[in-house]
Amino acid sequence: MSKLKYALFTGCTAKQSTPELLSSTLAVAEKLGIEITILEEASCCGASHLQDFDEFLAHVLNARNICYAEKLGLTMITICNTCQLNSAMTKHALDTDPKLKARVNEKLAEVGLEYKGTSEIKHFLYCLIDEYGLENIKDKVEVPLSHLNIAPFYGCHNIRPSELHHTSNGGENPYNPTSLDRLIDALEGHPVDYDHKNKCCGFHVELQANHTSEVLAGNAMVDAIDNNADIMVTPCPLCHLKMDTYQDDVGKVIGRDIELPVLHMPQMVALALGCTPKEIGLNFHVQKATHLTA
Amino acid sequence: MSNTRKVTIKAFRFNAETDYLPYYKHYEMEVGKDELILDLLNRIKWEHDGSFSYRRSCRHGICGACAIKVNGKATLACKQNAMELLDLFDNELVFEPSSKKRVVKDMIIDKKDFWDKHAAVQPYVVADIDPHPKHETKQSIEEFNKFLDSDLCIQCGACHYSCPSLEANPDYLGPAALNAAYRFTIDPRDHAGRERLELTAEPGIGVWDCVKCFECAEACPKDINPIEKITKLHNMQFEQDVAVPNVATRHAEGFVRSIKKHGFLDEADIVVYSEGYLGMYKHLKTAMKMMKAGKIHWNDGLPWVDNVPKSKNLDEIQKLIKISQTHKL
Repeated sequence: MSKLKYALFTGCTAKQSTPELLSSTLAVAEKLGIEITILEEASCCGASHLQDFDEFLAHVLNARNICYAEKLGLTMITICNTCQLNSAMTKHALDTDPKLKARVNEKLAEVGLEYKGTSEIKHFLYCLIDEYGLENIKDKVEVPLSHLNIAPFYGCHNIRPSELHHTSNGGENPYNPTSLDRLIDALEGHPVDYDHKNKCCGFHVELQANHTSEVLAGNAMVDAIDNNADIMVTPCPLCHLKMDTYQDDVGKVIGRDIELPVLHMPQMVALALGCTPKEIGLNFHVQKATHLTA
Repeated sequence: MSNTRKVTIKAFRFNAETDYLPYYKHYEMEVGKDELILDLLNRIKWEHDGSFSYRRSCRHGICGACAIKVNGKATLACKQNAMELLDLFDNELVFEPSSKKRVVKDMIIDKKDFWDKHAAVQPYVVADIDPHPKHETKQSIEEFNKFLDSDLCIQCGACHYSCPSLEANPDYLGPAALNAAYRFTIDPRDHAGRERLELTAEPGIGVWDCVKCFECAEACPKDINPIEKITKLHNMQFEQDVAVPNVATRHAEGFVRSIKKHGFLDEADIVVYSEGYLGMYKHLKTAMKMMKAGKIHWNDGLPWVDNVPKSKNLDEIQKLIKISQTHKL
């Protein structure tokens, strides 16, 4: 297999509240011999909120991010479902609407950039599964996760709307996604089957509709726990933040004690590949997870 | 490949008049390649159990009566080929009503909440019509295209009963009503746009309760993409000065403020800016926990300390915001 090379759009959380996501992503890449260039020029994707305020500005900023991946001639990879969707939405809008593309490029020309549409955008999860390959990951497992029941939590923005994930981002059936389950299998863990694996965590209304947010996160976590999950794993740092840092509040609203470590997808892979605790960054979790490397 | 497949259908059964609890009943049948989910509903009733109840009428995707859920997927029974779903879900199909908690009998639900919310947005053109106009009222193709797809809604309720926000907050208007609000607000003949935008801007009722899960986009059998219309309503609230500063609007607008400063989002600042300093008390406990875990630092969020990572070539980002921003809060 020729060496895989990607341009990494880190997103904001991996640079701030979830440093463990960035360190574990880089650790996994190193273990597997994947070459990663971080797009240090990139800005925030708008997180679906800037789009509500000013859709055109969001397209301009996302197109600029993609320009830098195009300059490197690489696929742009994401480690956050919401970064993935917002970047893919801009790419789709520009690639299908020549008028909009021209309007955006008119702005980008002012800073010496041009959006061409030559780079694919893909979440790191699907690089691992579809490009590196599960069989190859299996061969690299040093610490099988056979002692863990792991609840996969897919996160909305990697599976819906399916038309934006069909060609380059996994192409999951949003009503029956399988990638994380297959990954857990490959790492010799036990995937937990539960109804809420493809549901919403409520992160995006945390501030303005707090009750809704807590109920949605709680429904998912309680469902995982009732199906014997030891830990939950997600490819999205926003799902992680909602479920990890607000676990107490969620428990109060839903009327249950919730204690469930929520891992980032690359942390789980890094764990199985035998990375160091420092690389995995389990100490950065609010719900204690350090015992997982013991 | 054989043209038929042996299928087990697990159907939700409940009669509000006689049953204490719902139950599932299994039906086995050979399914042909051209059969629709509606054909399977008919066969349960005609070949197995005449008491099995469901709504059906037009059989060509226009009356919206036969929406149910199959293996959790919102499905318009008369439009959905059964084999396609068998490919997605192996050989067991689970038939359930669109909303279990609103069930009257088997697949039939009480859609009162749907119709109440639909009515609340005035889903019609509000205008003083001259009964004897001197010339016709014309609409450009461009104006027409703006609401064309939103006008295809058949009120089946597939998106409404797939919306998780609605399940958690019964006051939320939901994707179908918001799509209708958009449809008539964008219509140049209509005069009630501002009223509708004000309703859809209301916290707890309007667009700000959308959790952005895209369940509605996936559920719609007419490919309307309701969440796209919800985003357009968000935009229209700002464009037409209906948006008032509150935690939700400041949160959306706060992204520009952050990106201008750092390129990245300042995670602590966006919470402080959206909630205001007084509103921060709600988040202190979580903030302390995050600090303890090293997720935020004690000086994040203080206005005179700036330790947020910055994008390379930040000047480009600032220039693009300056020349591309289309409106302000």
